[in-house]
Amino acid sequence: MPPLDLAGFSVLLLLFTAALSPFLSRWERFLIPLAFSLATLASFTAVLAGFLTLLHGTNAAAAIALGLPGLPFNLRLDPLAGFFLVVIGLLSTFVSIYSIGYVRGYLGHRPVTPLVLFYLLFLAGMLMVVLADDAYFFLLSWELMAAASYFLVMFEDERAENRRAAYIYLLVAHVGAIAILLSFGVMAGLASGFDRFDGYTFDAMRSARLSPEWAAAAFFLAFFGFSAKAGVIPLHVWLPEAHPVAPSNVSALMSGVMLKTSIYGMVRVAFDLIRDFPWWWGGIVLVFGLLSAVLGVLYALMQHDLKRLLAYHSVENIGIILIGLGLAMIFTSFHFPALAALALVAALYHTLNHALFKGLLFMGAGAVIHATHERNMEEMGGLIHLLPWTSALFLIGCVSISGLPPFNGFVSEWLTFQAFLLSPELPHPLLKLLVPLGAALLALTGALAAACFVKAFGVTFLGAWRGHRKATRIHEVGLSMRLGMALAAASCLALGVLPTYVIGWMDIIPERLFGGQIASSAGKFGWMWLTPYSHERASYSGPVVFCGILAVVAVAYLLLHVRGAAIRRAPLWDCGFERITPRMQYTANAFAMPIRRIFGFLFAIREEVEILSPRNHAVTAERFHYRLRIRDRFWNWLYTPLAVAAFWIARWVGKLQQGRIQVYLLYSFVTLIVLLAFLG
Amino acid sequence: MHPFAIELLQLLMLLGLAPAFAGWVKVVKCRLQGRTSPGILQPYRDIGRLFVKDVVLAENASWIFRFTPYLAFGVTVLAGGIIPLISVDLPLAATADIIALVMLFAIIRFFTALAGMDIGTAFGGMGASREMMISSLAEPAMLMAVFTVSLASSSTSLTHMVTVMAHNPLMIRPSLAFALIAFIMIALAETGRIPVDNPATHLELTMIHEAMILEYSGRYLALIEWAGMMKLMLFFSLGIAAFCPWGIAAGGDPPDLALGVAAFIFKLMLGGVIMVLIETGLAKMRIFRVSEYLGSAFLLATLGMIAFFILE
Repeated sequence: MPPLDLAGFSVLLLLFTAALSPFLSRWERFLIPLAFSLATLASFTAVLAGFLTLLHGTNAAAAIALGLPGLPFNLRLDPLAGFFLVVIGLLSTFVSIYSIGYVRGYLGHRPVTPLVLFYLLFLAGMLMVVLADDAYFFLLSWELMAAASYFLVMFEDERAENRRAAYIYLLVAHVGAIAILLSFGVMAGLASGFDRFDGYTFDAMRSARLSPEWAAAAFFLAFFGFSAKAGVIPLHVWLPEAHPVAPSNVSALMSGVMLKTSIYGMVRVAFDLIRDFPWWWGGIVLVFGLLSAVLGVLYALMQHDLKRLLAYHSVENIGIILIGLGLAMIFTSFHFPALAALALVAALYHTLNHALFKGLLFMGAGAVIHATHERNMEEMGGLIHLLPWTSALFLIGCVSISGLPPFNGFVSEWLTFQAFLLSPELPHPLLKLLVPLGAALLALTGALAAACFVKAFGVTFLGAWRGHRKATRIHEVGLSMRLGMALAAASCLALGVLPTYVIGWMDIIPERLFGGQIASSAGKFGWMWLTPYSHERASYSGPVVFCGILAVVAVAYLLLHVRGAAIRRAPLWDCGFERITPRMQYTANAFAMPIRRIFGFLFAIREEVEILSPRNHAVTAERFHYRLRIRDRFWNWLYTPLAVAAFWIARWVGKLQQGRIQVYLLYSFVTLIVLLAFLG
Repeated sequence: MHPFAIELLQLLMLLGLAPAFAGWVKVVKCRLQGRTSPGILQPYRDIGRLFVKDVVLAENASWIFRFTPYLAFGVTVLAGGIIPLISVDLPLAATADIIALVMLFAIIRFFTALAGMDIGTAFGGMGASREMMISSLAEPAMLMAVFTVSLASSSTSLTHMVTVMAHNPLMIRPSLAFALIAFIMIALAETGRIPVDNPATHLELTMIHEAMILEYSGRYLALIEWAGMMKLMLFFSLGIAAFCPWGIAAGGDPPDLALGVAAFIFKLMLGGVIMVLIETGLAKMRIFRVSEYLGSAFLLATLGMIAFFILE
C-alpha cells in the first residue's frame, strides 16, 4: 500500500473509533481496551507510512473534495511530513498501550468515554496537521487538535485549577492560531492576489514571490503563532499549568508530540514555503531558543510538582530544538548546505528524542501518581523499593533527557554542539564571536538538566518515604503501563546506540529542503562510527560506549564476586549521627537551593521563616514554618500588564454602553450621519 | 606494536599508575607542608585492604547504590581507552571526541549524586546538591575552553588535536594560554581539589564529593577510590594531550612508545607538583564563591576565543 493511503487509513481508523466510542459508553470496561488497541494499530500504521516515505523518498499528494465547494482538502506526504508522522505515531503507539491500563484506573470514579473520544480525535488532529497541504485543511486540523486537547485538559473539571489551566491554554492556543492564520493569509494573498482564493494551497505559496518585508511578516507571524503552541518563552505560561492537570497519558502526548507539530510548522514555513531568508531570522530563532532552554531548565529546577517540573523541561527542550533550527537557518542563509543539514538533523533528531524520553517521563510520572495519588515530590521518596519497574524505566528517561551517553538525548545535543563548533566557518565576524557563546549556554542547560533530574529522581524514588501519610497500598503498576514505558525506554536506548541508521533515514529531509546532506560523511566509517562532518573533526560511537561500559562493569563485577565476600546490612552510619528520620533528608527545595541562590535574580522569590516559640527566639523554638514562593517573572512582566491593559480598554469601551435605548438610537443616528457625510 | 596492544598497554598503565600518581601527589604535598609522608605506595595498600574487607551496606540502599561503583569504574576505564596517553594510534580513540568525553565523566557524576541521595542521609543529599551545582557551572566554562582549543586544529577529536599540536612548529598562542588557565581552574573543580573541594576532609559542612560517598565501604569504596584516582590522572592526561602533547608516539614503534611513556610520566609528575603548589598556596573557598571562580574560568576561555579570532 502506498504510504499516503496508509496514513489516510490511520486517520480514518482513529475517526471511526472516535465515532464509535459514544455508543459504547455503557460498556466502558470493554471500550477502553478496544479503543486504545485500535489507536495503537492506527498509530503504528502512521509510523509505517512515515517510515516508508523516508525510506523511499516518495512524495505523494492527493486532493479530497470535502469541505467548501471549490476549496478541496489537499493532502501531501513528503519526507518532512513522513518524519513527523514517525515522531507522532511512535509515541502514540507507546502511549496508547500505556493508556489501556492507565485509563482503567478512572473506572468507578468518573465516566471515561469523553477521555477516550477526545484522545482519539486529538491523535487524528495531529496526524492531519502533518498531512495537510493547504492552509484551510491545516488550520482545520490545527483547531481540531487544539479543541480536543482543551477537553482533555478539562477532563477532571471539578477542580478550579484545571478549569483555569484549560482556559489559559485555549486562550494562548487561539492567539497563536490567529497569528498562523494571518501568516498564511499574507502568503496566500501575495501568491494569488488578495481578491482570489486559489492561493490557499501550499503549492501556490511555494511559488509566490514575496518581497523581503512581506516574507519577514509572514515568517514572524507564523513563528509567533507556532511559538505560542510550542511554549517558547515568553509564551510558555500555559504549559506548566495545562500539562500537570491533564491525565498523564494526555500530558505525555501533549508534551511529547503536540508541541512538535509547531516545530513541523516552523520548518515547513521557513524551509519549504518561504525558502529564501536573511540570516537574522535564524538569529532571532536562535536567541529565543537559547532563552527558552536556559530559563526553562532553571524554572524546572525550582519546581517540586513532578509533572510541572517535566512541563518546564518541555520548554527547555523546545528551546534546544529551536537552537538547532536557528543554526540551520543561519547556515542556509549563508549557503552552507552541509552545515545547515547538520544543524537541521540535530534539531529533528532532538524532536524525535524529546518525544520519546518526555513521553516516557510523563508516563512514569503518571505511574507514580497512579500509585501514590500524590504529585508533590516532597511527599514521596524511596519508591524504588515499591515500584522497581517504574523507577528503572523512569531512570532511563532521566538519563536520556540529561544528555548522557549512550542514550539518545546525548546524540542530538552532541550534534547541536558540533553545529555550534562549525560556526567559525561563517563569513560574518559578529556571528563568529557570538554564536559560540550560545554553545556555552547550551552546555549550561545540559548540566542544569542533569542537576534537575538528579533532584527529580533522587527525591521521588530514592531515600526513604518522606510523606506525612503512611506509604501503604503502593504497588507496581499493571502490565500494559509497564509495556508502554518499556517500549519507549528501549527506543531511547536504540536511538542513542545506533544514530547512524537514524541519520541515514533522516538525511533525505534536508536534501529535499535545501540540497544538503550529511549521511555520506556521517556514516562513512560504517554503522558504528558517527562522524557528522568529517572523521578528523569529531566522532562518536554509541555501540562502543555502550558495550565498553557494559564489558568493564561485567568484568569488574565477576572478578569481585569470585571470592563471594559477604554483604552485611546495617543501619545508616551518617558520620555517627543517631536517630535519623526521613524528614532530615534533603528535600527538592533544599536540593535546588544553591542554584536558586546563584540564579535567584531571574525569579520572583519570596522566602519567609516563621519561628513559633514561647519567647519568639530561634534558640527556644518549638516549630519552624518555612514558606517559599517562587513565581515565573513573566507573569508580572508581561501577562499582568497585558491583562490590566485589556481590562482598562474594556472599561473604556464599556462607557459607551449606557443601557438606555435613547442613547443607542442616538449612536445609530450619528453613525448614519457620519456615513452619509463621508460616502454620500 | 599492534594498535590493540598499545590500547591494552595504555589501559594497564592507567590502572596501574593511577594509585601511584595519587601517592606522588600526597608525597609532594607532605614534603611541602613539612609532614612525613606515607609513601608513594600507600594508595595501593588502601585499595588492596578495601578490596579484602567485607561490605557494610545501609539498610535501605537500593540497586543504584550498589551499581554506581561498578559504573564509575567502567566509565573511567573506557575514558582511559579514549584519551591518547602514549601514542595517537589507538583503535578506541574515535569512540568519543572531547565533548563526548566530558559527558562520559558526567555519567559518573550523575550516578554518584544519585547514590548519595539513595541512602537518605542529609549528608548524601547535601553532597549531591553541591556537586551538581558546581558541575553545572563548570560545564559551560569547560565547553568554552574546549572550543578555544579546538579552533587551532579545527577539530574536537583528541587524536587529531594531538597530531596537529605535536607537528606544528612551537609557537606561543595567546588563545591557548588563556584556555590552559581556564582548563586548570575547571579541572581543579571537576576533580574535587582545593580550592573548590577538599578530598582529604571529612569535616561535615565543607565536604562535597566525600559527602556523597560517605556510606560506601569494602569493595564498593575501593572501586570508587580507584576510579577517582584514575579520573584525576585522566584530567591531567586530557590537559597534556590538549596543551603539550610533545613526545607522544605517532605510531607503534617500540622506541617511540618508550619515549612516549617516559614523556608522559615526566609530564604527569610535573603536573602533580604544579597542582600541589596550587593546593598548598590556596585555601578552600566558600561554596558560594565557586560561582565567581568558575565564572572567571569561563571569561578566560572566552577571552581565549576572542584572542584567536583577533590575533591568530
